[in-house]
Amino acid sequence: MAKYLLLLRGDGHGLDNLSPEQIQNLIARYGAWSEKLRKTGKYVASDKLRDHQGRVLRRDDSKIVVMDGPYTETKEILGGYFAIEADNYDEVIDLVRDCPHFDFGTVEIREVEDMRRP
Amino acid sequence: MSDVPALVDHLFRRNAARITATLTRVLGADRLDLAEDVVQEAMATALAQWPFGGVPDDPAAWLFRVARNRAIDRLRRDTNFREKERAIVDAFTARAETGGRFSHELEDDDLQMMLMCCDPQLPPESRLALTLKCVCGFGVDEIARALLAKPEAIAQRLVRAKRFLRENTIELELPSRDELPRRLDSLLDVVYLMFNEGYSATAGDDLVRRDLVEEAIRLTEELTAHEATSLPKIHALAALMHLQRARLAVRVDAAGDMLLLDEQDRSQWDGDAIARGLQHFGLAAAGDELTRFHIEAAIAVEHLNEPANWPHILGLYDDLMQIAPSPVVALNRAVALAMVEGPEHGLAAAIPLANDLRDYIPLYSTLGELSRRAGDTERAREHFLHGAALAKTLPLKRWFEKQAMR
Repeated sequence: MAKYLLLLRGDGHGLDNLSPEQIQNLIARYGAWSEKLRKTGKYVASDKLRDHQGRVLRRDDSKIVVMDGPYTETKEILGGYFAIEADNYDEVIDLVRDCPHFDFGTVEIREVEDMRRP
Repeated sequence: MSDVPALVDHLFRRNAARITATLTRVLGADRLDLAEDVVQEAMATALAQWPFGGVPDDPAAWLFRVARNRAIDRLRRDTNFREKERAIVDAFTARAETGGRFSHELEDDDLQMMLMCCDPQLPPESRLALTLKCVCGFGVDEIARALLAKPEAIAQRLVRAKRFLRENTIELELPSRDELPRRLDSLLDVVYLMFNEGYSATAGDDLVRRDLVEEAIRLTEELTAHEATSLPKIHALAALMHLQRARLAVRVDAAGDMLLLDEQDRSQWDGDAIARGLQHFGLAAAGDELTRFHIEAAIAVEHLNEPANWPHILGLYDDLMQIAPSPVVALNRAVALAMVEGPEHGLAAAIPLANDLRDYIPLYSTLGELSRRAGDTERAREHFLHGAALAKTLPLKRWFEKQAMR
């Protein structure tokens, strides 16, 4: 069993002009999906990351430079993440397949490296 | 925060309307656009956050809080706002703390929004679009689908209506006791129009149209429960809607084809809706004002009987022609006349209506049916084929074609 991070990204496209009813239906779809995830016992955590803010730091000579970002070049924003447990990528992919997020963006899956099992 | 995505049906739609009403009441009718914008932002914020964080314990209060804060943030950029800030923040706080704000009751804020959207100075189709947007929380696309219009046309209509309100509505207060009846009549017309748009499913998206019927009934029910509007004529309208709605599900057969009243399986009528309708009909009898809704409700009640008392129904249509004459009422009266005095008499009354009702599809089912009963199969066929050519939905077209083949 390993830990995986699901990064849900989107540029907000397709979300303009949704009616209140459509928004509710979408929230219900996400809710049904994450509820299913919880029922499998694979759910670990999830959080929304704040849009349109964030800082990227790097060192320039001896000085730390702080920049707004990280999305200056691309409109794409990181909406939030889910952390789940699974045996392998195939299992994660199957769990993510019916996530409603694909209507608006992408889901990136990254395995969390386990330091105790090198 | 709850893990379970338990959102009450139409919670967003209802609260979009309620929050807009409250914000507009506090901020003034000229800020309707701002109210709508921040409500939309609050809903979008919910969509961005809830999938990750879960649904808050009191979703409606959450939405209100976010929308209110957004509104205040925006107003802070306005220098005129500074002197009013205290009063506005207090007014919001008072509304949030009553706690009853998110009950199912119609509150003054909502009633005022309804009356504002149904301002008699607005064209009727604008009143309906604005009511669907601001009172029922429909999106522009949903209104367009329900009213068979292009979204751009609906958006235009809304912009114009709101501009009119911005320029002409000074205070968003309940009209005086003298003014209320006139304003209320306009509101009832709009609600009835909403119901009919949904009920007479001659075209359009079925699901959205069913919503129109349910929304119209909900608004009418809420009006009957509010002390300022608990009037016999509103009970009459509620009775009429419930009794018609009781037959809604059985107007089509298993194949989706239309059924006439005498072909319907009466055992399938919605008993709860009938009971509700009759209850309102009883309450409508109080007072001495006889409205078109009273008469139309009485006709709906008479149609519950098997067999229906057609001379009585004809008498009611005669009364209706006295107080609310229209070509559609005249056509329905012609049907009753045919039942009482024979199809030839009905036809004689219906045929002259063809001028006014050229695009009114029920005209052709009526003319076809009456011609057939009068033994004129050839003419009947022509009328049914004419109806088939006009029909905008497949089931209706099929129904007309089937009649023409008989």
